[in-house]
Order: sequence, then C-alpha cells, then structure tokens
Amino acid sequence: MYIIIALVALVFIVLTGVVISRLQGVLKSINKTDSEEVETSGNKFNGAMFIVVLLIGAVAITWSYLHSREFFLPEASSVHGRRTDDLFWFSMGILTIPFIIVNFLVFFFSWKYQFKKGHRATFYPENHKLELIWTIIPAIVMALLVFTGWKAWSDITAEAPRDAEVIEITGKQFNWIARYGGVDNNKLGDYNYKLIDAQNEVGIDLSDENSFDDFTNPSEMHIPVGRPVLLKIRARDVLHSVFIPHMRVKMDAVPGMPTKFWFVPDKTTADMRAETGNPKFDYEIACTEVCGQGHFSMKMRLIVDDEATYKKWVSEQATFLSTYPEYLAKVPENLKAKAMKYVPAEAATPAADSSATSAGGAGASSSLR
Amino acid sequence: MSAIEGLETAHHHADEHAHHHEAQSFWQKYIFCEDHKVIAKQYLITGILWAVIGITMSVIFRIQLGLPDSNLSWLKPILGGWISDAGKLDPNFYLALVTMHGTIMVFFVLTAGLSGTFSNFLIPLQVGARDMASGFMNMLSYWFFFLASVIMFASLFLQQGPAAGGWVIYPPLSALPQAHPGSGMGMTLWLASMAFFIVSQLLGGINYITTVINLRTRGMSFDRLPLTIWSFLITAVLGLISFPVLLSSVLLLIFDRHFGTSFYLSDIYINGEALPNVGGSPILFQHLFWFLGHPEVYIVLLPALGITSEVIATNSRKPIFGYRAMIASMLGIAFLAFIVWAHHMFVTGMNPFLGSVFMFLTLIIAVPSAVKGFNYITTLWKGNIVFTPGMLFSIGLVSLFVSGGLTGIILGNSALDIQLHDTYFVVAHFHLVMGAASAFGLFAGVYHWFPKMFGRMMNTSLGQAHFWLTFIGIYLVFIPMHYVGIAGFPRRYYQFTSYDFTHKFMDMNMFISIAAIFTFLAQFIFLWNFFYSIFKGRKAPQNPWRSNTLEWTAPIVPGHGNWEGEIPAVYRWSYDYSKPGAKEDFIPQNIPYSQTPESNFPHENELIATEKVIESQNFNDQFKTHH
Repeated sequence: MYIIIALVALVFIVLTGVVISRLQGVLKSINKTDSEEVETSGNKFNGAMFIVVLLIGAVAITWSYLHSREFFLPEASSVHGRRTDDLFWFSMGILTIPFIIVNFLVFFFSWKYQFKKGHRATFYPENHKLELIWTIIPAIVMALLVFTGWKAWSDITAEAPRDAEVIEITGKQFNWIARYGGVDNNKLGDYNYKLIDAQNEVGIDLSDENSFDDFTNPSEMHIPVGRPVLLKIRARDVLHSVFIPHMRVKMDAVPGMPTKFWFVPDKTTADMRAETGNPKFDYEIACTEVCGQGHFSMKMRLIVDDEATYKKWVSEQATFLSTYPEYLAKVPENLKAKAMKYVPAEAATPAADSSATSAGGAGASSSLR
Repeated sequence: MSAIEGLETAHHHADEHAHHHEAQSFWQKYIFCEDHKVIAKQYLITGILWAVIGITMSVIFRIQLGLPDSNLSWLKPILGGWISDAGKLDPNFYLALVTMHGTIMVFFVLTAGLSGTFSNFLIPLQVGARDMASGFMNMLSYWFFFLASVIMFASLFLQQGPAAGGWVIYPPLSALPQAHPGSGMGMTLWLASMAFFIVSQLLGGINYITTVINLRTRGMSFDRLPLTIWSFLITAVLGLISFPVLLSSVLLLIFDRHFGTSFYLSDIYINGEALPNVGGSPILFQHLFWFLGHPEVYIVLLPALGITSEVIATNSRKPIFGYRAMIASMLGIAFLAFIVWAHHMFVTGMNPFLGSVFMFLTLIIAVPSAVKGFNYITTLWKGNIVFTPGMLFSIGLVSLFVSGGLTGIILGNSALDIQLHDTYFVVAHFHLVMGAASAFGLFAGVYHWFPKMFGRMMNTSLGQAHFWLTFIGIYLVFIPMHYVGIAGFPRRYYQFTSYDFTHKFMDMNMFISIAAIFTFLAQFIFLWNFFYSIFKGRKAPQNPWRSNTLEWTAPIVPGHGNWEGEIPAVYRWSYDYSKPGAKEDFIPQNIPYSQTPESNFPHENELIATEKVIESQNFNDQFKTHH
C-alpha cells in the first residue's frame, strides 16, 4: 500500500511539475494583445490528459476492486442476507454498464472533439427520438430494479413467523442489553421506562407475571440457528441502530417507539469459525446511529448456537428475580406466589408461607395468554 | 399589490439613478451594498472562507481515521484541549468535526456560496435587469447569512464544543444536553444560526423568483432563458417551499430543548433519571428534517447543473442538446425531490409499505438525471471543445454526477439499504454526487464568470492544474470509500478498533486520508489564483469565452444598473453556437434575426416580423421609467 501511495504521490508531483513548466510559457506570453481569437492554451495537453486518466483510471479501478474484493460484504449468515447480497451484486453489475459507457464517452469525446483551428462544431440542438430512447431505457431498467428490490423488501419486512424466537434488545449509552422471555413461559414481560434503575436496566415491569422468568444479558446475545429470530428493538435514551453486519440486519432503536426485525440465521458461530478458518471469529452487534461519545464501541457479542446448545444455555441463565430478589417487593400481592418460584430459597424465606401454591402457578400463568 | 410595489421599486431606483454620479461611501459601496454584483461577491468570499474551514475539518478527521497512530500535538495551538496530552483527538470533538463539516459544507458553502453567489450575480445580468427586484431585501439576505455565519463560527470556540450530533441533528441526542456535551450551548447556537440562515435563504429566494418572472428584458421569453436562469429559478422555488419546513422542525426542537415540550421526546431514561416527556416521536423530526433535507440536495446540485449547461455549451461551441428536455428534467427532478425524503429513513422502523412507495419514487429520479447526463454527452459530441478551466470542471462534474448518481440507485433500493445504510457507501455516494459535483459547479462558475466579476482573467494553466489534481484526487478519495462501505464500515466512528469486522482495510483508510490531504493541498492553487487574479490578473476582454448570453454585452466591469444606456433587447435563445452559415461560431442573444439572414432557419425568418414589437417594449427598465 505504501508503494501505491508513493506512486500516486509521484504522479501528483510530476503533474504539478508539468503544469508549472507549461505555466512559464504562458506567463511569457501574458502581455500579448487581447485578440478576438479563442484562448486555447494547453488544449492538446488537456485533451491527452482525458485519455491518460481514462486508461489509468480503468486499470486502477479494476485492480483496486480485485484487490479489495476479499473484504466486501462479509460472508452472509442469514437467509435474507444472501438474497440481498445477490441483489446487490446484480444491481452493481447492471449499473457498471452505464458507469463505463458514460465515463468512456465523456472522456473520449472530450479528447476526440477538442478544439481544432478552423474547424466548426456541428449545430445539433435536438433529436426527439434519441431523447425518447434514453428516457425509456433507464425507465425500464429502473422498473426491473424496483421490482426485484420491492419483492425482497416486502419479504424481509413481512410479519415474523409465529414460531420465531423473540428476543428484546435495548440500546443505551453505550451498550446493548438483551432480554429473553425466560426459561419457562418464553414470553417477554411488560416494561415501563419509569421503572428503570441501576439494576433493572430495561425497566422490567414485575406486575406482569410473564416477566418473572425473564433474564437479561448486557454483554452477549445467543440465538438459535435455523429458525426465525425476531428482535424487538428499543432504546432508552437516544437513537441507536442495531447493526449485525454478517446477518445483514439493521434497524433503528427509537426511544418511545419499539421497532423490530426478524431473520433466519443459518450458520452457527462454530460453522463460521470453521468456514473462515478463524478460531476467534465472532458475530458482532454494532450501533450505526450516532449516539454520543461511545458510539464507535457499542459492541455486543452475538453467538449463534445449534438448537440443543441454545436450549441448554437458556435454561442455565439466572432470571432477573433470582439475581435481584429484592424486586419481589414490586410484585403485586396476588402474584407473589407465582414469583416465588424464581427467587432463590434463602431470599424467599419472608414469603415462604405462600410458596405451596407456586408449583401449579407457572403452568397457569402460561395458559393465561 | 404587485403593481404598487413595482411602481415603488421603479421610483426607488429612479431616485438612485438621479444620485447615480454621487460617490458612494465605502460602507455603501462594499459593505451594506444593495448592488447584486457586490452581494454576489460577498457571498462568494464568505463561502470560500467557510469552505477553507469546512475542508480543513475534514482533513483533521481523515487523519484520525486513516492515520490513527499519528501524534496530533502539532494541532494543539489551534485545538488546545481537544488534543489530549498523548496527541490524540478527543472523541467528542471528532463528532463535532464531522457535524460541523457537514453543516458548513452543505449550507454555508454549497447553498449560500454557490446559489447565493451565482443566482445573485447572474440573474440580473442574464435576464437583462438593472438589479434584483428588491435590492434592500437582497442586502438583508446576505447580512442574515453573515449573522448566521458569525453565530456558527462563535460556536466553534465554546468550551463544550460546537454541535455534535451529526449534521442531521437527530433528537433526542440533540435535544438532551446531558446526552452529549455538543448538545448544550453548541446546539443552541447551531439552531439559532440555522434559523437566521433560513431567513436569509427565504429573502434571497423570493428575490430570485420575482426577478426572473418580472424583470426579464424585452424579448426574453421563458423559452429564451439560459439554462442557468432556469436552474436558479427552480432552485429558489425548491428552497422557498422546503426551508420553512426546516425552520418549523428547528423551532419545535428549540421548544423541546428549552420550554419542556415533547414533540420529539418520549420514554427517555438518561443519567439516572426518567424524563417526564411522553408522546413525542423522534421520527417526526426525521420526517420534517428530510422534507427539507432531500430537496436541499437538489438546491445544492441544480445550480451546479445549470452552470454546467451554460459552460459546456459555450466551450463546446455547440447548442446545448435538448434545451427543452433539460428544463423538463430539471422540473421533474424538482418535483420528485419533494416526494422521496423518506428514503433516508428506510430502517427507522417506518411502515414497510411506505418504504416500498419511497423506493419506487426514488428510483424514478434516475430517469430525468439520466436524460441530463446523456444530453451533456451529446453536447460534447462533434463539438469544438476549448478546455478552459471552467469547461474542465464542467466535464468533471458530468463524470462525478453520473458516477455518484449510479450508486444512489443501490441506496434507493430499500432492501439493499438495510446493509448499506449509514455506512461509508452512503458517505462516498453523496460526496460524489452532491458534494464534489456541486463543488465542481462552483469552480466552473468562478472560472467562467471571474472576468465579469472582477474585470480580470484567472490564470488558465493554474486553473487546469487545479482541475486535474482535484478531479483525480476526488476519485482517489471516494472510489476506495465505496469499498470500505461495502465491507460494512459504519460512518461517524471515531476509530475502527472496537470490532473484528472493521479490523481490515487499515491501508485503504490510510490511502483515502492521504488522497484527501493531496486534494486539500491542491485547493491552495485555486485560492492563490483567485485572490492574486482579483488584483493582478490579466485584464479581461469584453467577451473572453465568445459567449452568447447577455452579461457579456454589459461593460467589462458593469457599474450600477449593469448597462450604460438602454438594456439590450433579446431576439433569440442563448445557444446559437456554430450555426450553419453564420460568420462567427456564436451569435449573441441581442442580435436580431434580421441581421443574420445567412444563418436563419425558415421559422426564424418568420420571427423577424416580431422584432419591431420587441424593440418598442420597455416595461422593465427601472431607469427608463423615470425619464
């Protein structure tokens, strides 16, 4: 890369040198009388430059493209991701055609039709047929691109399948917090931003019995492979944006307006480690909406597990209530019994008298919804 | 109403005419001046100063991004505490830099500096008017802009730093001082400055529209207007409709910040405190902002395209190809500009159906844009091209406009935007199509009309060197930036060390930064050429580019009122270059068909009969009505 920079610098310096040497000639003739003739100083040089830049540019773009191709669009790991990747390269392929044609014509015509003394330009003010052609052709190409894009977009943004694994992700300055529906009923409990405090970072509403078995994780998110995952996205202070580059997922997190995005991951972290040959490979979640000083490092690890590992991982997580049993105080009296199940025994002793009914409680609560 | 105003204006100018020969004081002549030419130069010089500041900022953050290990201690004399003792740029100040770079370049350089300069300078000279419809409002327009500039400039020196939420200032980040230091006083000044800036744009825009509609000289029908004037007119209409919406969004944000309203705020817990605001929507701000923000792209770009049309036709020595198609496509772009704003918001959680609609409308814009591109190319075809610096920059603009515009078709596709949104792909796209292309329009305009502005010529060779270094430099910066974007690098990141997926392309980012510094340095050629030529340039001839438009019939340095004696009448369109049979390869607009029987087409011979009528009209000469 240093060599390229040196080369480019050299080109710049040579170019500057050439121009300055030409300038001497111009400065000498600066006192010549104003003639009604056209000023054409440097015309040949500039005409030639168009061809030089066209050729070097074509080589440079081709070479740099091939050189950096390995880093383009990191290996997609979701079903819709491969579809949008294909669409991207398809569109890029189509658009490369006008890119080449137009730039070639602009540069070539500039050189070809440069000023020649005694020559006269062709008076050619309009041609309706030509204009019709280059109105209709772009319109048709656009229609094609719109159609393919629209199909992909409406599939991607369609309602999530009913069996989707629902996970909540909340953005704050400056990290993400994942919340799971829990080990038993797999339903996310309600939340309210006014309930947020130092421990209850996402404002879990403990008056909702679905929240009793919820658990949160501020550093990593696990998802199962091969089935739909629905992210329910929230922000608690300013705008953030969930970006999972390998999954081709991006959706803003908006305070006061929950958003969502669903996708089907189809490569586990282990698969990708094998595929990329990088034993340290990890999926990452980043923020792409400027949110303040720590915007550039709002990272969360994403781990895609196979179904069994995922189930096992979920079952091993400590629920919010068991981590912070003091929040039992926020549970309404009539639900205390159900909540007891998720509170460690020693913390639960004050309310032990009502624990007898808790066994049947969990089943009942899941059938309520 | 308008008639009365017209009379008053006429009277006003007649008065001025009576005192015409009195020497004006320095203040009247150069500072609080009502002459459109002086105001144009004021806009231009202010714009250039802002451009120097804005581009310098981009160089500083490019050093941070491309050469993250470099020691920036040498910037301490200017930036002071923003550089840590270890010589590192402060992350908060990095955000302030990108924010101010965007704000300055979009609004102060490419809106005020480009449209303000050339609309002011060219509209009266090219439509054949003594001055703007209201010289006083025109003066106010500049001075409101100046006030906005002073406020924005002052905000750079705040202890807490200037505004820093990105140039789009999305709330809640911009609404909550506790969310970021830049959202305190810096944002207050940003909002105040923008409010004055909008006032300035509206005062200017009303003037441009009125002047084009009412003060055209005899014979200057709409279908004889140069495309520059068409583009300025359409731009002014765009601004007049969209800037008030920005003003409203700014005002609502001010209310949220200072008066406890909840237009954009809801459900916020920050710094250990749940705010009482509920029911607002941050997305509302984005809708309002982009309702201006998208037309703003065309407010910036259309004048550049207008200037290019004129310069390319003149220097190809050919009529612009498809004059009417050019106007139609500009009107089409202007109309579509208002109904595509939500393509900036595909991933905000907006209803996906709306996303489909906006994708469809967005991709339609490619059609009129393609027509413009092809028409420029056909204008070059079989021309007799003179590579003046203005012409080089115009040709460069066509290349940049097309190259940058094509990637817009990718981004306008909502399915593809999911991955590319807010990555460097977007940054590269809009810098090519809107930033660089418009800047090239500005350069083309300065090189082309410098002789008319200052009565002297800029150095051609230096101009050509400036072009090649800038043109190559721009592509060296922004083509690799697309690659970085395709790899998924998000924008507005202070550094790329936190993630594995951005742990590549170190060399590419370094390359971009070095190319940016080269390009930046090349601009000093222009600065030297510009300021040197104002005082020491070769004296300009009457019509240096052998151009057809009316401004070249005015004295080399036009005085107050632009033309001595009568305003010339107009008998033909402005693109009679290389007409078959004509003696010269150009026929200025003020030459009647009766004088050019050798080159007239049959339908033009019929127009000779109307020349007497045109000759006898003289409604709009404010000097004339007095006598």
